[in-house]
Amino acid sequence: MAKRIEVSGLNAYYGKTRAIEDISMTIEPRSVTAFIGPSGCGKSTFLRTLNRMHEVIPGARVEGKVLLDETDLYGPGVDPVAVRRVVGMVFQRPNPFPTMSIYENVVAGLKLNGVRRKAQLDEIVEKSLRGANLWNEVKDRLGRPGAGLSGGQQQRLCIARAIAVEPQVLLMDEPCSALDPISTLAVEDLIAGLKDQYTIVIVTHNMQQAARVSDRTAFFNLAGPGKPGRMVEIDDTNKIFTNPGEKATEDYITGRFG
Amino acid sequence: MTSETLEQGATRALGGRARKMSTGRTGDRLFGLSAKGSGILLLAVMAAIAVFLIVKALPALRADKANFLTSQEWNPDAAQSRFGIAQLTFGTVLSSLLALILATPVAVGIALFIGFYAPRRLADGLGYVVDLLAAVPSIVYGLWGLQFFVPKMNGVATFLHDDFGWIPLFGGDTVGGQCILTASIVLAIMILPIISSITREVFLQVPRANVEAALALGATRWEVIRMAVLPFGRSGMISASMLGLGRALGETIAVALVLGTASGISLHLLKPGGNTFAANIANTFAMAGKIGQSALIASGLVLFVITLLVNMAARAVIARRKEFV
Repeated sequence: MAKRIEVSGLNAYYGKTRAIEDISMTIEPRSVTAFIGPSGCGKSTFLRTLNRMHEVIPGARVEGKVLLDETDLYGPGVDPVAVRRVVGMVFQRPNPFPTMSIYENVVAGLKLNGVRRKAQLDEIVEKSLRGANLWNEVKDRLGRPGAGLSGGQQQRLCIARAIAVEPQVLLMDEPCSALDPISTLAVEDLIAGLKDQYTIVIVTHNMQQAARVSDRTAFFNLAGPGKPGRMVEIDDTNKIFTNPGEKATEDYITGRFG
Repeated sequence: MTSETLEQGATRALGGRARKMSTGRTGDRLFGLSAKGSGILLLAVMAAIAVFLIVKALPALRADKANFLTSQEWNPDAAQSRFGIAQLTFGTVLSSLLALILATPVAVGIALFIGFYAPRRLADGLGYVVDLLAAVPSIVYGLWGLQFFVPKMNGVATFLHDDFGWIPLFGGDTVGGQCILTASIVLAIMILPIISSITREVFLQVPRANVEAALALGATRWEVIRMAVLPFGRSGMISASMLGLGRALGETIAVALVLGTASGISLHLLKPGGNTFAANIANTFAMAGKIGQSALIASGLVLFVITLLVNMAARAVIARRKEFV
């Protein structure tokens, strides 16, 4: 079910401002790809173009091609809603639905897909929460509000919600930036476990994290002050962190940035 | 110098900043006192109103020879004073509930349209117009209802009665425009802006993160609204409708003008006439004698209590799911 993503010539705009410029890359299935780079260089914007979430912001638009296996996500007649059902997303801040219980949060996406059978829902809830390493902590209180969990648990609940619908790709936008180190570790373990089944793309500010969890790493940077963000290079994570092809990458990962 | 306390030393060392902090504390105290004062004043006003109503109502309640709660008569100034509020309660509650039922879906629909469907510029204009509706004085609604709407409703009432008379609400022997249904529609229009603008405000507070969470799961616009917006806005929508209900219950002049004549308890919505607490007070207070005025105040007391109960019920509904949101 994991799919390959092929991006070519992608530009994203907020109104008249171009936020990212001419990005092309291939993301392999069943792998973890990390996006690193300074703040405001368009990593998150680019990530959000991969499930057509960029365009929900008023005035935002995208040019270029994103192929999910053979399908162009921006092709004519492609419904963004359908795209988002196969490309799941986990956000920077945990955002469980505050009015829903833990159980309801996990099945929220399934309900959209018309799964109604209680037995089936129960099964998927357990499977997803186990998949998100949360089952043991919440199995006795599935009816309690999801917003009552700790931050780290909430984030894992959001991951469970995202994987409950068995997406083909899982996008994670700095999923650990609001979490303490222990919860971060839990999420990182989880990512390692999930990559057997999903194509995972993760934006992170934490370079150790990128080094720990990812197979491939892409470095993003601004083309210059006031210019759009661009991808400097993408390569195997090992290579990026030991012997990057570009000087800018090396400066960034060794902390000599600027 | 040696006797300087730690605090004085710190104050001296911090100089201007410490002085600034202490004015801040005075400000805090002033604000705290005025806030407390406003709260107490509000309670005092409420209590004073209740006491006034009870004291003024007592003479009539003592003189009443009929059952105050269940009688439909209204002859407080007769030699044998007889009056009851049954038909007033009935008319008030029926017209207000009907108005609420008519107004709430439309109001929520307007709020959703403005918040989630309309293009930005249209949304701003529309929001402004809705707020403007709230500023129209109720006498204007009353005159509009009587002069324009009632004649139109004559035909509608006849049509409903002829073609849907099998529904008990539209049955009855006589039909006319000056009926409870017309009054309810006018009331619905009057409470629409309150419900709509509060609901709109509540919807604006739905966290962007929740809307995005729903979108990212592949929710359509309507599914986003069902998943993230309506559940979040639920308690706000209830408060909004209760405020609307409160206004409908107390609305006087528009109802008095539209209904015109009083009539007994009847579930036939198209039957001409009807009465509510507020309309009854407005129509008869000037001509009422001593006991009559006292009786009207007694009915006002009941309206006061009903409104209070409505608000308490609303709070109970909101509190029930407090742990969520």
